[in-house]
Amino acid sequence: MESTVTTANSEEKTWGGNNEPMGASYGKLMMWFFIVSDALTFSGFLAAYGFSRFKFIDTWPIADEVFTHFPFFHGVPAPMYYVALMTFILIFSSVTMVLAVDAGHQMKKNKVILYMFLTIIGGVIFVGSQAWEWKNFIKGEYGAVETKGGSLLQFVDKDGNRVALDDFAADLGEVRTQLTRDKAKWFMSEPSLPSYSVAEVQAGFKAHPELLIRTEVLNKEKQKTILSRQDSESRLGEAHYVVEGANLIRNEYGNKLFADFFFFITGFHGFHVITGIIINIIIFFNVLIGTYEKRKSYEMVEKVGLYWHFVDLVWVFVFTVFYLV
Amino acid sequence: MSHEHVSNIGRIWKVFGILSAVTIVEVYLGIVKPDFLFMNDFLGMNILNWVFYILTIYKAYYIVWAFMHMEGEKSTLRSAVVFPVIFLILYLLFILLTEGDYIYEVFKNSSIKWNF
Repeated sequence: MESTVTTANSEEKTWGGNNEPMGASYGKLMMWFFIVSDALTFSGFLAAYGFSRFKFIDTWPIADEVFTHFPFFHGVPAPMYYVALMTFILIFSSVTMVLAVDAGHQMKKNKVILYMFLTIIGGVIFVGSQAWEWKNFIKGEYGAVETKGGSLLQFVDKDGNRVALDDFAADLGEVRTQLTRDKAKWFMSEPSLPSYSVAEVQAGFKAHPELLIRTEVLNKEKQKTILSRQDSESRLGEAHYVVEGANLIRNEYGNKLFADFFFFITGFHGFHVITGIIINIIIFFNVLIGTYEKRKSYEMVEKVGLYWHFVDLVWVFVFTVFYLV
Repeated sequence: MSHEHVSNIGRIWKVFGILSAVTIVEVYLGIVKPDFLFMNDFLGMNILNWVFYILTIYKAYYIVWAFMHMEGEKSTLRSAVVFPVIFLILYLLFILLTEGDYIYEVFKNSSIKWNF
């Protein structure tokens, strides 16, 4: 029954103010409103990702092969360890946030300061890690070629290990200059050129008979299909573009939409984390100068805490959708 | 404010332990990918992925209930927040995933070539 009744004097003056619907203060209720709408925004993005993935379910990149970097372990494939670490950092900063809220309830100013500070540090480390992850993703590791039909071909050796373009592409002494606006006839320009031309990759492939081509198509073992040498050569004949790293147009990992969604969703989440850090810093300084001590309530810490936990909550889902599934 | 302010530090650390443990299990399963889970499908998705989603929702429950202190709110607030979100997300997922799968079938079974 308590839930159907507003908090303060329900017998009279229901509409006279000083009422707290659902037993939550105005600010907290509005924060919940925001969180619900933001949750639906993120669900829309993740559902769109699911839509595109179901649409190209046979050719979608395998996340384990994309995110394999760990700081200071260059060249050692470490799928998921780094992003698991990032998840821990964010969960831990959620813990310090909830400890700050708890200390706020007991009006322990110094504890609130300490925990808020730790939360901010955790958030900054997380955003930094995300930036490093993006850097690796954009830079790429192996390179690939795109065919005229828009599918992507990667290179492997006999054992199925990935081979980078640098390791086999021939040097044909071709000189191609990037077309820039000042040299073009009309308002034309092109993005920066890849390190190798298609002809150089094809010549290098001919010179290395041990190389094979791996297509995007997933086989029965849920691995990428590796073509025979003969098929590889004929397939490489269709190549028309060398792809290195990732951008919004194409990426060396596979389906074009994969990188687009990665940038958009983790970027939008990262934007939320940055916003959260800024709000946390504002509240942190308010705690420092004793605003909430004078107000005799640390509810602001609680409200910003709600937002911070929400950011953590979204990350839990992004982690699953992008890295595990 | 409606709820009493007892210190919850013990519970906070317990929830942190649960969240960490679940994350470790997820990462372990993600690296090992046991065949009996990974190779068997259930309702259009392999069982390993179902396990991941269930564990994720389990974690989400603890984050919302313990960290966002949903357990201390009134049941109207709880319902007002949780039910619309769950309903709308399930609805959206159902529509989009069904449609995505349909388009996949069209590409696969008809003469349209994947050319974009």
